[in-house]
Amino acid sequence: MNELAALLPFEPTHALLAIPAIAAAILVAVPGYRLGAAINMFASLLSFLAALLLFVRRPEAAADGYLFVDDLNIVFVVLGTFVGFTTSVFSSDYIGHEIEVGRLTPLHLRFYHGMYQALSFAMNLGLLADNIGLMWVAVELATLTTVLMVGIYRTHDALEAAWKYFILGSVGIALALFGTILVYMAAKPVVGEGHDAMVWTLLVQRAHEFNPRLLDVAFVFLMLGYGTKVGLAPLHAWLPDAHAEGPTPISAVLSGLLLNVALYALLRFKMLMAANPAAVAPGPLMVALGLLSLIFAALMLWPRRDIKRLFAYSSIEHMGIIAFAFGMGGPIANFAGLLHMTMHSLTKSAIFFAVGRVAQVAGTQRLADLKGLTESHPALGWALLAGVAAIAGLPPFGIFTSEFLLVTSTFARQPLLAIPFVLGLLLAFGALLAKLSAVAFGKPVRRYPKHPVSLVPLWLHLALVLAAGLWLPDPLVAWFRNVARMLG
Amino acid sequence: MQSFALDAAHMLAGGMVLVSFMLLYQTRMSALLDVFALHAVVLSLSVAWQAVVQDAPHLWVTALIALILKAIVIPVALRRMVVRLGVHKEIETVVGIGPTMLLGMGLVALSLVVMLHAAAEADPIAREDLALALSVVLLGMLMMVSRHNAVSQIVGFMSLENGLILAATGARGMPLVVEISVAFSVLIAFIVIGVFLFRIRERFDSVDTQAIDDYRGNRE
Repeated sequence: MNELAALLPFEPTHALLAIPAIAAAILVAVPGYRLGAAINMFASLLSFLAALLLFVRRPEAAADGYLFVDDLNIVFVVLGTFVGFTTSVFSSDYIGHEIEVGRLTPLHLRFYHGMYQALSFAMNLGLLADNIGLMWVAVELATLTTVLMVGIYRTHDALEAAWKYFILGSVGIALALFGTILVYMAAKPVVGEGHDAMVWTLLVQRAHEFNPRLLDVAFVFLMLGYGTKVGLAPLHAWLPDAHAEGPTPISAVLSGLLLNVALYALLRFKMLMAANPAAVAPGPLMVALGLLSLIFAALMLWPRRDIKRLFAYSSIEHMGIIAFAFGMGGPIANFAGLLHMTMHSLTKSAIFFAVGRVAQVAGTQRLADLKGLTESHPALGWALLAGVAAIAGLPPFGIFTSEFLLVTSTFARQPLLAIPFVLGLLLAFGALLAKLSAVAFGKPVRRYPKHPVSLVPLWLHLALVLAAGLWLPDPLVAWFRNVARMLG
Repeated sequence: MQSFALDAAHMLAGGMVLVSFMLLYQTRMSALLDVFALHAVVLSLSVAWQAVVQDAPHLWVTALIALILKAIVIPVALRRMVVRLGVHKEIETVVGIGPTMLLGMGLVALSLVVMLHAAAEADPIAREDLALALSVVLLGMLMMVSRHNAVSQIVGFMSLENGLILAATGARGMPLVVEISVAFSVLIAFIVIGVFLFRIRERFDSVDTQAIDDYRGNRE
């Protein structure tokens, strides 16, 4: 296998950037939306296959200081391209309906597909970047493409959501840049002027010699900047609007992928901080913001009236849990964090696939108008219910496993932190079940038109989450353990 | 020569902080845009000075971008937009001018304390530049939160971004500075277009370009 991989005429990392870039250029030019959707799916599938190739072939270590692959980012890239692919399958189904009802025109869709691939380009670049400046540019590009897609319906609310996302995202990105400049300033006296002082693999080797005070200040800016993009409270204000007003495939991509990319950037800098013993420990800051997000989002779930907003707040909650896990650190909490991140990406995107369908057949996103789905649309209703059970952390789904690991390890190490953490989990659990039982059961408010729907990507995601909850394959466990050790 | 280089750099960076304060107390839209153009001119002078001192010719590109785009093109575009949309009146503030200025002074003091302490070992030209750049960044943020109007929020964001460029050029030998300033220019172009659509929406309750055409047709 490895010999075969060595024969490849190209580097998988280059393919991961070239495929979406070329596809974006083609998609903008292709007039028919069906053809566009097909090309979009095909390109996303190719990206996923290229990501799988990373397992057998990696570029020479730090060959040029721009791109690199290690055990950590491979997880993010494979997960990201997989969800990117399944979402493109869902999207091709979804947009057909949007065209029918006239919410989007074929011209919009050319733009939409182009942006979709531009977004996957930006995310792959951000995840593979070795240069922290390049990583910043990639995150900015990803923000811009999603802003454009959030506003695509051009309604009052959609534009307002896009504007809010844009302004808050820009401030976040600006703070992250200031932090990046400060990291460069800290690295410059040690690594030397120029390009090398921005290469992450070189920085992390020499980080113990950096000026710790400068690193401290830098991390505060990076935490606030990238934390805005992760959606951590109190910097989350853009997230619910952006999720609720954009097309549902974009909500799935935002929750499933983009939040992860920002989190990944944060983890990279956390590793940098951890390599310098004199600098302030980054963990407590992440724990505090994570816990705040969890509790805040859990409370905010209760008064929600819009189904997409409900799950947007649930994303804030879960990003809080993940930040909490990585902030706690140590082999078990890091393992739980990685598992939780993977499970959340899969489950949340599956939920948005279902919600997108529900909103289309019912013609509304208001929770009060959605009732008795299991009766009127059994397949869709039960799928949504299964997704909600998974995201709420019920066994036997994978999220139960990661939350259980996290709760037990926190009780063993910091019982005082475990109490608010469990409280937040229970609050969120109650809110989700209370809201969704009304949507799933009860008498349908009115008859919805029958609509043939394809739920393959949804069931695929849920099956993976269920499988992970029942039995984690040994190679995966070994891989995550190894990454958890790397994260310290 | 060395100490003169230092003094001139500090003067220009300090000038930016001063102009940031001037942005805070403007109450008329046209004056605000004028002051912003001044902000950009001082930035481009500062970057040009860094290009001379550091002997880094690529910084001239950044200086030129700052001058052409931010001191001329964007203020002119915003002014036209503001006039056409009829919002060239007073700027409504969330917090009064007095408290805003006091807050701004507090922020500058904070950034000086934090940065001078944190970067105590860095070379002096970069250290003070960073401290002043952070002040500009924080003042820009203050402006964004203390104004409701979209155009003044943008001016706040652009002044914030000028502070970032100041910091990036002050960090000797930092790669990608030109690329980053280009990336930011793209961002700003998007903001300006965004506002255009946004304001149109507020006025006509539609972003249909037909509405814009109708409006023009009625006026001319």
